[in-house]
Amino acid sequence: MDSLIELKDIVKIYKVGSEEVHALRGVNLSIQPNEYVSIMGPSGSGKSTLMNIIGCLDTPTSGRYELENVPVHEMDDDQLAEIRNRKIGFVFQTFNLLPRVNALHNVELPLIYSGIPAAKRKILAEAAIEKVGLSDRKNHKPNELSGGQRQRVAIARALVNNPSIILADEPTGNLDSATGEEIMQIFKDLHEAGNTVVIITHEKDIAERAKRIVHIRDGNIAEDIRN
Amino acid sequence: MISFFIKLWENVKIALRALMQSKMRTMLTTLGIVIGVLTVVSVASIIEGLNRGFASQIANLGSNALYVDRYPWATMEDFSKFRNRPRLTLKEANFIRERMQLAEAVSPSTSTRQDIRYRNRTLNGISVNGVSDHYDVVTGLVIEEGRFFSFAEIERNKNNVVLGWEIKDKLFDNRNPIGEKIKIGATTYTVIGVTEKRGSFLGESLDAEVYVPLGTVFKNFGWHRSISIAVKVSDPARVEEAKDELRFLMRLARKLTPTEEDNFSINQQEVLTDMYNRLTRGLYTAAIGIGTLSLLVGGIGIMNIMLVSVTERRKEIGIRMALGAKRKVITFQFLVESVIICGVGGIIAIVMSFIVSLIISKITPFPSAVPAWSVFMGLGFSAVVGLFFGIYPASKAARLNPIECLRYE
Repeated sequence: MDSLIELKDIVKIYKVGSEEVHALRGVNLSIQPNEYVSIMGPSGSGKSTLMNIIGCLDTPTSGRYELENVPVHEMDDDQLAEIRNRKIGFVFQTFNLLPRVNALHNVELPLIYSGIPAAKRKILAEAAIEKVGLSDRKNHKPNELSGGQRQRVAIARALVNNPSIILADEPTGNLDSATGEEIMQIFKDLHEAGNTVVIITHEKDIAERAKRIVHIRDGNIAEDIRN
Repeated sequence: MISFFIKLWENVKIALRALMQSKMRTMLTTLGIVIGVLTVVSVASIIEGLNRGFASQIANLGSNALYVDRYPWATMEDFSKFRNRPRLTLKEANFIRERMQLAEAVSPSTSTRQDIRYRNRTLNGISVNGVSDHYDVVTGLVIEEGRFFSFAEIERNKNNVVLGWEIKDKLFDNRNPIGEKIKIGATTYTVIGVTEKRGSFLGESLDAEVYVPLGTVFKNFGWHRSISIAVKVSDPARVEEAKDELRFLMRLARKLTPTEEDNFSINQQEVLTDMYNRLTRGLYTAAIGIGTLSLLVGGIGIMNIMLVSVTERRKEIGIRMALGAKRKVITFQFLVESVIICGVGGIIAIVMSFIVSLIISKITPFPSAVPAWSVFMGLGFSAVVGLFFGIYPASKAARLNPIECLRYE
């Protein structure tokens, strides 16, 4: 069976001044289509670095990364941008919406960069907003929305290009527990609808929603538990 | 190609939104460009105005006219050298008229300054030109009302006068001056014609002159004066040849031996054009330099603001990159922003330059005109400034690391 994500001996070394920081020390991980995985670890464990590499925001110092059998580790900046655009839907802890444009336009952004014409963009964006239940707020700007609503917009934006994986970095970190619950329900629904979901978190009860928990410690995978 | 324009339009929309978010900043930055482009276009307008004024002034001299004078019109030599030259005489003018093959018309003239009076109105120190019957042909003078002198009038040294447009205007307002009597100096003259309005050049009116028969000047204001001999060459292609003939005849008339230098000068409009170009070249270079400098300052303003903007919008850049914006897309986005600032600035500047040009020609002696090429030049310059000073901030934005940008609060 072909993996969706195949990481082999991923090493990431940062240079901070004259010192080398080994963020990842040979990570091996494969994720299958329609898996629901959480990557868990304390801060400084390397989980953010791993997320950046899985999300094609960064490239490993060494090792192989294949996304849908395409070697990503040898791609240049522009190719990575295209992969991020078409294959990865990001959901961030701080939502990362453009503050001065409305929800609909925020959701349209990935479609702009994949060159989809305006009329079709609008239809797709409205459908994605509908999926997260925010149709009535689509013309509101982020500062007119609650935290939970903002994160829903962000999820709609992550979904709009129909990506291979939804990559969520502490998606409930800035939300109260009730709203966090709602957001986690959306991820569960997305998984059940056939999407591959990867959540990065340091909270145990969030991580335990997933079917599989990967523990990271000191740049290595410490545990890989399937429920 | 079509997809490029769609992309461009997307970026224009993004840019406009970003620019509208900080209106004051955008306005001030645009102002810098407006001033820069306005300076360049205005300088170009003044230059163009001067050139046009000079060209029309020069055209009055006639392109195929030669002038025999006591002094050269323009010279780099010591002027005292010419002081002992003999005056030109009517006899010499007649000598040329009788013998010169390549001349269509030979017209001696002279000039003096006199007070002119009509009833209770007096104009002081007006240039009175003594002319002969072909003067209008040679110099391209056009009569608007009445007529020019007849041969008989010139021959008989009649006390008749043709008024320059401005003199007529000052003495007669809107009344018909033909047949009226005016006083030049102590003598009474009859007005027979008015010349067409020629306008002014460098603040000097070309219409504040009057014309009387040549002999009348000698008769009324004294014989002790030099004349100038204007020669209209019959074939414009043979002006150089005509110049040689004229020189030969003058030397003959003055019985100069081969070793003696010319003691007269043959002038033509080319001499003035040369001098004009020499005098103004430095001026133009300096003026254009100043204009360019202010455009440069405007451009630096753009660069500065765009750099600030890139830093402020790191988060936005990070988000766009994470969502799939390639580096060149980010470059393009910021470049479009600076080009829009410059383009709008350029357009405002050009609209303003028409107003400035109008003001310049109203309150200063400089004629001013906004030439079409300076409009294009202004727009071109501002677009180039936008590109040139926008490229560095834009590429800086594109080189940012998306991970660091996303972390930026």
